Amino acid sequence: MDSRRTSRAVIDPKVRQVGFFTNTPPPPDRSQSGPLAPIRSPPLADSPSPGNSLSPVMIPPPRHPSDTLLPRRPPSPSLDSDFFPPPSPTTTTSFGDFYDDVAVSPRARGSSGRGNSGKLQGASSFPGGGFEMPSVVKGASSVPASGLTTVSVVNLPPGISENAGGSVSLEGPNERNVSSKPLKEKTTKAERRALQEAQREAKAAAKAERSKAVVAPAANAKPAKAAKPASQKNDNAVGGDRPQEKDRKKDIPHPRMQYDDKSRVQKLKKRSVVKPTEARNIVELFRHLPQYEHGTQLPDLQSKFFQLDTVHPAVYKVGLQYLSGDICGGNARCIAMLQAFLEAIKDYSTPPEKTLSRDLTAKISSYVSFLIECRPLSISMGNAIRFLKGRIAKMPITLSESEAKAILQSDIDRFINEKIIVADKVIVKHAVTKIRDGDVLLTYGSSTAVEMILLHAHELGKQFRVVIVDSRPKLEGKLLLRRLVGKGLSCTYTHINAISYIMHEVTRVFLGASSILSNGTVYSRVGTACVAMVAHAFHVPVLVCCEAYKFHERVQLDSICSNELGDPDAISKVAGREDLNNFDGLDKSENLQLLNLTYDATPSDYVSMVITDYGMIPPTSVPVIVREYGRGHLWI
Amino acid sequence: MWYRSASFVLDKSQQPQNDTVPDDSVALSPPPLSISTAAAQNPNPRRNMSMSAYYQTRAAHHGVVTSDWLAQAQEAATSAAAAAGQEIIGEGKSGKAFSVIEEFNSWRKQPDLAEAVAAIRALAAVIGNSEAKTMMELEIELKKASDSLKSWDTTSISLTAGCDLFIRYVTRTSALEYEDFNSAKSRLIERAEKFGEISYKARRIIAMLSQDFIFDGCTILVHGFSRVVFEVLKTAAQNKKLFRVLCTEGRPDRTGLRLSNELAKLDVPVKLLIDSAVAYTMDEVDMVFVGADGVVESGGIINMMGTYQIALVAHSMNKPIYVAAESYKFARLYPLDQKDMAPALRPIDFGVPIPSKVEVETSARDYTPPQYLTLLFTDLGVLTPSVVSDELIQLYL
Repeated sequence: MDSRRTSRAVIDPKVRQVGFFTNTPPPPDRSQSGPLAPIRSPPLADSPSPGNSLSPVMIPPPRHPSDTLLPRRPPSPSLDSDFFPPPSPTTTTSFGDFYDDVAVSPRARGSSGRGNSGKLQGASSFPGGGFEMPSVVKGASSVPASGLTTVSVVNLPPGISENAGGSVSLEGPNERNVSSKPLKEKTTKAERRALQEAQREAKAAAKAERSKAVVAPAANAKPAKAAKPASQKNDNAVGGDRPQEKDRKKDIPHPRMQYDDKSRVQKLKKRSVVKPTEARNIVELFRHLPQYEHGTQLPDLQSKFFQLDTVHPAVYKVGLQYLSGDICGGNARCIAMLQAFLEAIKDYSTPPEKTLSRDLTAKISSYVSFLIECRPLSISMGNAIRFLKGRIAKMPITLSESEAKAILQSDIDRFINEKIIVADKVIVKHAVTKIRDGDVLLTYGSSTAVEMILLHAHELGKQFRVVIVDSRPKLEGKLLLRRLVGKGLSCTYTHINAISYIMHEVTRVFLGASSILSNGTVYSRVGTACVAMVAHAFHVPVLVCCEAYKFHERVQLDSICSNELGDPDAISKVAGREDLNNFDGLDKSENLQLLNLTYDATPSDYVSMVITDYGMIPPTSVPVIVREYGRGHLWI
Repeated sequence: MWYRSASFVLDKSQQPQNDTVPDDSVALSPPPLSISTAAAQNPNPRRNMSMSAYYQTRAAHHGVVTSDWLAQAQEAATSAAAAAGQEIIGEGKSGKAFSVIEEFNSWRKQPDLAEAVAAIRALAAVIGNSEAKTMMELEIELKKASDSLKSWDTTSISLTAGCDLFIRYVTRTSALEYEDFNSAKSRLIERAEKFGEISYKARRIIAMLSQDFIFDGCTILVHGFSRVVFEVLKTAAQNKKLFRVLCTEGRPDRTGLRLSNELAKLDVPVKLLIDSAVAYTMDEVDMVFVGADGVVESGGIINMMGTYQIALVAHSMNKPIYVAAESYKFARLYPLDQKDMAPALRPIDFGVPIPSKVEVETSARDYTPPQYLTLLFTDLGVLTPSVVSDELIQLYL
């Protein structure tokens, strides 16, 4: 009994609650009107169940009285014993589950066939009622707190009372048989659930162990680095794993770090170089993202420049530049990072009794985790890191250190050259064919690829006008505007507020992208989605320029689950407007939450074309590129 | 992509359909070089800027005789002397015994043979007649031939696409697998023939594939005359399906009239509409069938003027729009809007003189974006529009 109750408590409840609230009045009615009333009521009257007052109709006899009171239910302890655990799932699952069970289990069908009376067939065709019912009822009655359950069952659609009526005429043994079969099915279901639970636990345990195992060797290997063991959030340290674990790791995408997971955040804090300050009012929906907390530590970090021996100075410098915002833009950040790694590899020497491939991977991982502390990685950087680690891992062990280093350096150079610089040139070549004389081109923010396209088209002597749409707080468009006007292009500058006004004169929209995901979603500077949607509404073609190394096989449907938070002060403060900047201390109030998102996701419906180094493709073909040139090929 | 041709549907039905398939042996041998009246204006089509060569061919094939066309033919005849002079220069330049264009033209005269297939046959002949000694030489020769074919008519999408595909298909695997040049060359010829055969059979394959979509009692709207669509309907009629066809008139060359004639011969109930009555009749239509001049990378199609508006109307009334197109029409183009294509011009006969101040839109085709299309029936199978790009990427990249 106890075990039953607990299982019930665990599984439970919403359905029951609903049933209870909606249905207190109907039961008496139905008990009188339905043909089942006479049969059901006797057990009711004698039922000791405390819940019966709520639902006079359905409460069947509890276990012990049932033998005496109900001749149609001969007692059978063995059956009962496997009878009782299951009811809880059945009662709590939705009707859809009933359908499933009946439809799926051939045994239930078979038994009903054996029961064979036409009525029974009729009953079985109503999966929610009929022979399913007794089991439910029984389970409910057996549990003290069952009033709710039974009511919820009574709450079934009216057809059921008819079914019950039909099933009533069944002979005792027959029905017993019938009802027990689905119950057994339930048992298996409950068992399945338990099994699942157990498996999940086992998996979690194994995972914990594994992650421990991963961290431990890293820490042991380099005591000097104990403060910064391989970070867990970017799947590094794979090199140290056993092969089958590696495989498993590959199968399941590594969960991204969730910053609302307290224990992991604590762990992370312990080994971070950048000392985070507690962010103020966190926007509830974005709690899982790393909160913006830079700015203040910059001087502190700068002073530590010569103390940190774990991070290579070149990497450290790049990290600081990310932190202060001196380097921004997907390509620039990626190139800066790769060049810093290049420096680091140049200065690298394998410690004694270590292999280059493992030690260097760990080293790169530690650099990466430092960079992440400075600013979350962009997808382009993630891809570049994956490429680099792949190259290191594939390095033949026979190679001497200097050879290996030379190969890696040339690989990095090649990546920067082929995947970014040449790719941009190819994109420009393709995109220019889509610019005609007399066009008005709109661009949003500042994208290097788009800038190159515009400049090249201008060099070719095409006559066109550019509309630069910008938005607070970064106002990156101003820099683009300055550069373009300096080159002699005719430009219009406006803010995104005026987008719906300006769009009607535009003939093409060129956008950059931080990444394109494999469902065609464009992940880009916040505001891009807005521009693309307005353009779509005005039937203006939207062309997204993105190098193929930024493609990612992930699928994302919204901008919430993965994003980056910017400085909340940047949107609350307006330069030169003291009257607006004064919050009267309200910024300490819990009711104020400032949200400064960095990226958004544009659904592929609003994108007419993706221009990439593989040519001009529709956004639906991004996964084809990722697949065909996947992995090795895409990142060389 | 060509390896995965859905030609198996033909194998299944080869026996009953045998009578309808024209004899291959006849088709495969080049037709005799007869100089017809239509051919008189062919040698130098680029001079005639008012009408694209593509549409001249079509007009000749479909036997559409409009007053404009007659005037053109006459003009061509009168300026034949001038043309002949240029022709001689052209001959002198090519100089050789074998010319691709000539070969192509001879193939092209077969009314049942699509332009692209003619080009493919002509290019296959280039390989056969080549005197190249190395693979590289042969490839260059082939490239030259295809370039000259492409420049012969820049407005024909299927010609360009067919040439590109052929080159791609033939030279796809590296020739290094074969030790000596001759075996490699014979392998190339083999492939070329196979390609030509697949292309030739494409129409039958498409007709077989589309049969599942035509149900008894349905009403089909067709636009213009497309040989593939006609094949589809003919096969459906032969399969004893009961359906009704609404034909648009297909101005300006009235190709719809021809389709309705052909269908009437097959005892299919046909109703003829003027082009502007499409929206009026759309509510009784169950599906729209159109052909395509070219299928572009976005999955949209370029087809005879009026297709876009039919697609818009059908889309707004939730009627499926099916496109029947052979896969050699898949082109590496990506138009963003209607004006983003090389224009193909076609004169329009209004029946009355038009004042010179009045401008006339003479574009012959429009672009239908993929979101308005339901499915494409191709010899690769039944595809959704987005798959077109996947196929093209796999082939070209």
